[in-house]
Amino acid sequence: MGGPHGHLLHFHAHSPIHRTPAHVKILTLVGFMLLVVATPRGWYLAYGVYLIALLVVVAASRVPPTYLLKRMVIETPFVLFAVLLPFVATGPRTEFLGLTVSESGLHAGTALLIKGTLGVLASLTLAATTEPQALLAGLARLRVPSLMVQIMGFMIRYLEVVTDELRRMAIARESRGFRARNPRHWSVLARSFGALFIRSFERGERVHLAMLSRGYDGTTPDAVMRSS
Amino acid sequence: MSVPVLDVAGLAYAYPDGHQALYGVDLHVHAGERVALLGPNGAGKTTLVLHLNGILTAGAGSVEVGGLPVRKENLQEIRRRVGIVFQDPDDQLFMGTVRADVAFGPANLGLKGPELEARVMEALDQVGMADFASRAPHHLSFGQRRRVAVATVLAMRPEILVLDEPSSNLDPASRRELADILRSLDVTVLMVTHDLPYAFELCPRSVVLSDGQVVADGSTFDVLTDDALMRAHRLELPFGFDPRRIDSLPG
Repeated sequence: MGGPHGHLLHFHAHSPIHRTPAHVKILTLVGFMLLVVATPRGWYLAYGVYLIALLVVVAASRVPPTYLLKRMVIETPFVLFAVLLPFVATGPRTEFLGLTVSESGLHAGTALLIKGTLGVLASLTLAATTEPQALLAGLARLRVPSLMVQIMGFMIRYLEVVTDELRRMAIARESRGFRARNPRHWSVLARSFGALFIRSFERGERVHLAMLSRGYDGTTPDAVMRSS
Repeated sequence: MSVPVLDVAGLAYAYPDGHQALYGVDLHVHAGERVALLGPNGAGKTTLVLHLNGILTAGAGSVEVGGLPVRKENLQEIRRRVGIVFQDPDDQLFMGTVRADVAFGPANLGLKGPELEARVMEALDQVGMADFASRAPHHLSFGQRRRVAVATVLAMRPEILVLDEPSSNLDPASRRELADILRSLDVTVLMVTHDLPYAFELCPRSVVLSDGQVVADGSTFDVLTDDALMRAHRLELPFGFDPRRIDSLPG
């Protein structure tokens, strides 16, 4: 048990960005994303300006760039898709680095890559500078429906409990000589995930019982959200 | 005698699948008592506990808490009066911080502002966890989480504290610390447990539930030293533990 304190994405530091109220940061992020998505493809100068603005914020947050870079692997599937686009898209062909590729695909892929990277970097910066609880409080202040905030709160609370359970199941499997060496073993993994799903579902029921036992009537009182 | 804090009379219950768990249970607990509820696995202990605050509804018989019958229209007040501490603290601690978790119950009762904060800190003080108010529950040790779980219920100022296996999974030091806390509380306690030395240490009175019926109700010493009764209901003292050879109990 135990494990590192704080959340996986959060980087503990004291900076103006860390101190900015969460709801301001959320609104800024959403505004920034809308701006990036709305910028027509090919306006490379604008993209450059966005990137510089973002890097200034990152520098001000005192989060080491390598910390953010490592976590950007989450973007990999989008990068793969963006790289594939020029090859699978139809339309007039053009030469690029000695390859014949689709012209519209090349532009679409580049735009996807740039916009995606800006979005991921901006989101990671928000996550690195804001505690999960502050983020939830910020969403509540922005009048996001309380049910959704509650669900996100439970997700954060039980993420570690469930991954812990998953890890224990993996240890138990391996202790009995199991290794997922080839696809024939995948059915075992699938069954583990099934078992995990049922366990989590049952835990959900027990949590609900515990909530009812303390007078829960469907809404988390505002006073509790504020004290978190 | 005064009105019992807990008055269970002829309680019977069958689960929707037809499995009958309780066959006419009678149980009275008076203010200030600490009672252990003993019994083998599958005796119906948890089913009984879930009736005490109206999670399950009696098939026959009745449950009253401080004279108030457990019925739909009274549920909110019943759940304030009966504080249940569940076995797995991860089920009970579902908010992001210890403070928010302890505040959940009293806030549902309508407390807010400084009054709520005072109630939260009072409950955390009672279990010695006031310094951990801002921590996330999953960053606490298991023993600390169990204590916070007790505080979440104490914050509602219950008339009776119901503990489901309070000593399970605790290391000996945490187990002893929890015993000290329970002894220091000025509240009626009903404790479901397999830990017979713990029952002997904390509860002067024990009730044995077996196959959905109360088969013994007396002083814990008498119950634990009744070998025939113990054998008949799959109760066993741990190796080397003999209540007859303990001359004084703590506190």
